[in-house]
Amino acid sequence: MSTELLAWLLPLPPLLVFFLIILLTNRHKALSHSIAVGAALLSWLGSMVIFFRAIQTEHLGLNPYTSAINWLPTGDTWLRIGVWIDPLSAATLFFVGWTVLMIFIYSVGYHNYGQPQGDHDKKGLQPYGATVADEHGHKHVVPSIEPMYARFFAFIGLFAFGMYTLVVSDNLLTLFVGWEIMGLCSYLLIGFWYQKPSARAAMIKAFLTTRVGDVFMLLGIAYLYSAVGSLSYSEIFKPETLNMLVATPAVGGFLGLSAAGMIGILLFIGTIGKSAQWPLHVWLPDAMEGPTPVSAMIHAATMVSAGVYMVIRMFPLLQAGSEHGQLTPVMTLMTVIGAFTAIFAATIAVAQNDIKRVLAYSTISQLGYMIAALGIGAYVAAAFHLITHAFFKALLFLGSGSVIHGVEHGVLHTGEHVDPQDMFNMGGLRKKMPITFWTFLIGGLALSGFPLVTAGFWSKDEILADAFGHGHWVVFVTLALAALLTAFYTGRQITLTFLGKPRTESANHAQETPWTMTLPLVVLAIFSIGIGWAGISESFPILGGIIPNFAHEFIGSTLAELPEVLPFNIWPLIVSLIVALGGLTTGWLVYRNQKVGEEDPLKIALGPLHTLLQNKYYFDELYDRIFVRPAYWMADTFTNQILDKGIIDGTLHFVARIASSVGGILRNYFDKPVVNGFGDFVGEGVKKVGQSIKVIQTGRVQQYLIMALILAFGAMFYFVFTLLQN
Amino acid sequence: MIPLSWYLIFAALLFCIGIYGVLVRKNAIAILMGIELMLNAVNVNLIAFWRYRDPAGVAGQAFAIIVFAVAAAEVAVGLALIISIYRRRNSVVADDINLLKW
Repeated sequence: MSTELLAWLLPLPPLLVFFLIILLTNRHKALSHSIAVGAALLSWLGSMVIFFRAIQTEHLGLNPYTSAINWLPTGDTWLRIGVWIDPLSAATLFFVGWTVLMIFIYSVGYHNYGQPQGDHDKKGLQPYGATVADEHGHKHVVPSIEPMYARFFAFIGLFAFGMYTLVVSDNLLTLFVGWEIMGLCSYLLIGFWYQKPSARAAMIKAFLTTRVGDVFMLLGIAYLYSAVGSLSYSEIFKPETLNMLVATPAVGGFLGLSAAGMIGILLFIGTIGKSAQWPLHVWLPDAMEGPTPVSAMIHAATMVSAGVYMVIRMFPLLQAGSEHGQLTPVMTLMTVIGAFTAIFAATIAVAQNDIKRVLAYSTISQLGYMIAALGIGAYVAAAFHLITHAFFKALLFLGSGSVIHGVEHGVLHTGEHVDPQDMFNMGGLRKKMPITFWTFLIGGLALSGFPLVTAGFWSKDEILADAFGHGHWVVFVTLALAALLTAFYTGRQITLTFLGKPRTESANHAQETPWTMTLPLVVLAIFSIGIGWAGISESFPILGGIIPNFAHEFIGSTLAELPEVLPFNIWPLIVSLIVALGGLTTGWLVYRNQKVGEEDPLKIALGPLHTLLQNKYYFDELYDRIFVRPAYWMADTFTNQILDKGIIDGTLHFVARIASSVGGILRNYFDKPVVNGFGDFVGEGVKKVGQSIKVIQTGRVQQYLIMALILAFGAMFYFVFTLLQN
Repeated sequence: MIPLSWYLIFAALLFCIGIYGVLVRKNAIAILMGIELMLNAVNVNLIAFWRYRDPAGVAGQAFAIIVFAVAAAEVAVGLALIISIYRRRNSVVADDINLLKW
């Protein structure tokens, strides 16, 4: 099969699964998950074939595998859609294929396949557990199977379809289609347990917040289309098109931007929404309301990666007009937002107690890293970090799901009322859940950039080296600080969750999760280490050059000119070593002796600042004041009460009252006396006449005859007299 | 030859006797007989006018025959009605049959 055809077919299996499950197999749990995993496997296989063909192809960046068909007639031209496999999309397919497959397999175990039906489980609520009796007659409460098991696989199938479509697309339009399908799926999946009010609120929040970004992105796409007349990458990225866009001033001369700058900013706002950058980051932590595989799906493998993927994809446009390493306005904006988000989210993560929320903020922070890296022009470093982050963050999320699952098992077993997601209720899980512990440890070390062995170290180090090498001091310091905080909260998380002694009975009774959940963890853990070796800089002392710097050569070849290799500098390396090891050690030292019911030491140390961080700088409250309440006020008080009920209804009621009184007047002074009066008069008159002359109706035939005779005589006399007169 | 006016006077007298019978007799059969007299008075007029005015035509005779036929039919219907009323109300007095009133 040709690579192009394979790329066309790649998104189809998950889509078919979606329709198959919702239309046909939704009552059969085993069948539904079998076809879903089968489809993920097919798409994975296709991705791997494409990836390995891509890395064997010379000059793929210049001559990507591409094929397109005419899709929509627009006036005298066509909107063309098609597939486009260049090094960037091939590398993206590699991690999407792996993570999606792992998440599908993991979901089988996560939703308790093989467990009994729950005692009181309802659709739209988390399973509460089932009571079973063992052979001795003892009753146990065990986890119960998810009531909407098949529906979950249908939704994540559609989600995977959206991601594959986005990646293989050769134009911004189908990219946007995939982008929006994922937006829909994230809405459906965050609110998967839709009977929980918090889940409902989170799903609406996620949908509306990303919608803000999407509207701007659509504006950018529309602007690009009106300026270039095409949305295909092959057209947009032609040097003459880019030069034309740079030379054209933006509509209305907005801020003195060029058309390229304006389009870039609009598209980047889409990424801010999708990749949860400040100030549209608020939806992502709340998205933790969904099932954990969804968190992994959204926060690692697909949706947030899609935002970064899009800006990496659009990099030639964003960079257009930059000379001698100078940053374009878009790149400056990206650098500022990215670096700020990286440190901002990292500070919040430090003060969170929910194991998934910590990871959510760390995701925001890491995405900020990538955005900042792209902003300073570190194209390869950003893409490389995107790939490594996808693996270790999927691992961490799935690992946290496994932890929660294990603790939930303990909660069900002991009947305690503790939050199974609060890290302060855990501790000592290292011995209870060894596979989860080791894989989570690998993921955590990768996230904090543990030197040499983990993937996160190589990609993060490259970003720092780029910032250092290009002399962006502020960015360098900000990102280094964020890395320090990242290492600290990762150390805190691992220490609180796995080390020490169990702080609750539930944690003491936690159990290792089934193989369907641990197998994906192991696979992702291997990648969290191994993928980093693909991007070791050749100038790195000792290790450099043993393995060719594959990431740089392969992904870098996507751009027209290969980005230059930075000379090795010892300072960024020292800094990243210090922050990673220092942060991890501090986290371990501070939390290793955490006792039951003890305050968070950080809270004592930071005081009111901790409260500020724990409440996420009050951004939710701020947005609630600025946007949500005014929106409600607009909708309820203004639109509903004042505009609709007051003005519109008032006008209508006024008109109605006038019409009603005019009608009343007409009725009382015209209809009733004149029209009715006449009608009644005719009727009554006929009645009266009838009554007065009915006496002659005697019923006696001879009287009638006499009357007839008299009348006949009368008539006769009349005629006789008239005749005589004439 | 007897002048036409004699026939007309005779017919008028016959007609008056018929009207008188119709108006004053109580018995419905007698009323029916009065009607027959009136019809025959008309016949006398028809024949007399034919004989004195238009002896070549046949219109007068034809009319008279049609009147006979009508009279016969009328008697048949009228007698049948009277018999029917007699069977139900046991009376042939016209004033007793006064159902058709207000």
